[in-house]
Amino acid sequence: MASGVKPRVKVPKKAAAGETITIKTLISHKMESGQHKDGDGNVIPRSIINRFTADFNGENVIDVTLEPAISTNPYFQFEAVVPEEGEFQFTWYDDDGSVYETAKKISVS
Amino acid sequence: MKLTRRDLMVMSAAGFAVTALPAFASLTDDEIAKITGGAEMGEGGITLTAPEIAENGNTVPIEVSAPGATMIAVFADGNPVPNVATFKFGALNPSQSASTRMRLAGTQDVIAIAQMADGSFHKASANVKVTIGGCGG
Repeated sequence: MASGVKPRVKVPKKAAAGETITIKTLISHKMESGQHKDGDGNVIPRSIINRFTADFNGENVIDVTLEPAISTNPYFQFEAVVPEEGEFQFTWYDDDGSVYETAKKISVS
Repeated sequence: MKLTRRDLMVMSAAGFAVTALPAFASLTDDEIAKITGGAEMGEGGITLTAPEIAENGNTVPIEVSAPGATMIAVFADGNPVPNVATFKFGALNPSQSASTRMRLAGTQDVIAIAQMADGSFHKASANVKVTIGGCGG
């Protein structure tokens, strides 16, 4: 499912150097588990996002492996330290090979 | 004794419960053993926050936290596939905690295993009662 996938990320615009911030991410995705059946009794094949990563200036914050037990529209909340000004990169990897990316800049005061 | 339809239903349900439950449990144990290599697991050092009662098994909010961990894996004992998610924490993660939403097929135990920086494993579990299951079928 490569259509209608929209990543949404909440990152503060500013932080003090070395401050810990909370990041929330959500991506619209059906996360078809491979357990459902359609009207004719055929199993709907699995189609999920299988990996999510968050990095800051190339350094890893969190790397999550997702299984079919993760809900529709996978949501993650986690914390990160902001050592300097820079950019958070968020990447989602789909079963079908698609990669969804978004980035957020943060300034240090 | 004459067997009624109801008797048969009860018997088959009981038989199913007996055969199916150990199968699920060992599946989870197998998956956990794959990660830990059968190592001893300590208690404490890891917190798994899950609701006691989840009305909708399709989105059950959970939070895992294990200060000093490099990895946390979450399993659902009663799901068709026990694996839920594996969190690996990078250098810029201060608290080694994360929240997400998961699916639960029914009332069951959710288990979290943390691998600490020294290589030891710690375990936490929580029982969640589910009113409506979330795995379809």
